[in-house]
Amino acid sequence: MLTDLSGWTVAAVVVLGVLSVAGGIAVFVVDSMARATFALLASFLAVAGVLLAFDLVYLAVVTALMMTIEMAIMAVFMIMFMMNPAGLMPMTMVHNARGSAVTGAVTFVVLVVGIWTVDWPIGRTERPEDSTRQLGEAIMGSHMLVMLVIGIGLFATILAGTVLATARGRYDRFGADLAAKRPDDPIPGGLPR
Amino acid sequence: MTAELVLQIVLTVAAGLIGVGLFGALSQQSIVMVMMGLELVLNGVLLAGGAAWYFLAPELPDAQMLVVVALVVMAVEMAMGFAVTVAIYRARQVDMVDMATDLRG
Repeated sequence: MLTDLSGWTVAAVVVLGVLSVAGGIAVFVVDSMARATFALLASFLAVAGVLLAFDLVYLAVVTALMMTIEMAIMAVFMIMFMMNPAGLMPMTMVHNARGSAVTGAVTFVVLVVGIWTVDWPIGRTERPEDSTRQLGEAIMGSHMLVMLVIGIGLFATILAGTVLATARGRYDRFGADLAAKRPDDPIPGGLPR
Repeated sequence: MTAELVLQIVLTVAAGLIGVGLFGALSQQSIVMVMMGLELVLNGVLLAGGAAWYFLAPELPDAQMLVVVALVVMAVEMAMGFAVTVAIYRARQVDMVDMATDLRG
């Protein structure tokens, strides 16, 4: 069955696919943390472009916007935690590079063998007029449980992130058995439990 | 060009992203770079999910939901990853995975 994508679209998908993999490889090749972050962003934007070609407008826009912000935040953390933000000297910080490369290559080969040997069930199916509407109706209808679980997961993330970000917890203030009458704060006058 | 061929090409690209990401997650010493490797793996999942929806089952929203879940996993991974990185750095100035070997068997 012939694809209903135009020749130009197929060409764009292939070019964007190559770009995304090239960006992914560049992340671990370039010497600067900032460059690595933006190489990852290029990879994400290329994937968003492919999603756009597949009529998944909403998911493509969400991917592009979310990843742009995420990489901007990541660049800040990279520069905070890494010693070589500007890439002024060569930088390789790897352990077990050979084993990792073999694992990555074997995974790729196994997946590719599967991809090119499976007889994919491509049939003439009804395409929805609006993929975003289809997703929205699924989220609020048949697939609401997925969104409920995602909501709980995100809420747990907020709580866990706050707990980890707090420098001093209740055990620092009230002792290991939480029995202290007054909290041991650097500046006295803190609230009791 | 047949639809199956385009699907196979896109899935091969996704497999490439997953392979590169796995290499990065396993080989990098910096905690932040490990997270970048994991993000690349999830990037491959996004691409494969989108292709699966378009070519295999556009009448069902399931593949789109998979992409949404992968996006959420990315956000959670990054939030918790940075929280753990900041917490362990604050506690004992660890910013490399090789320095955090307390649980090594």
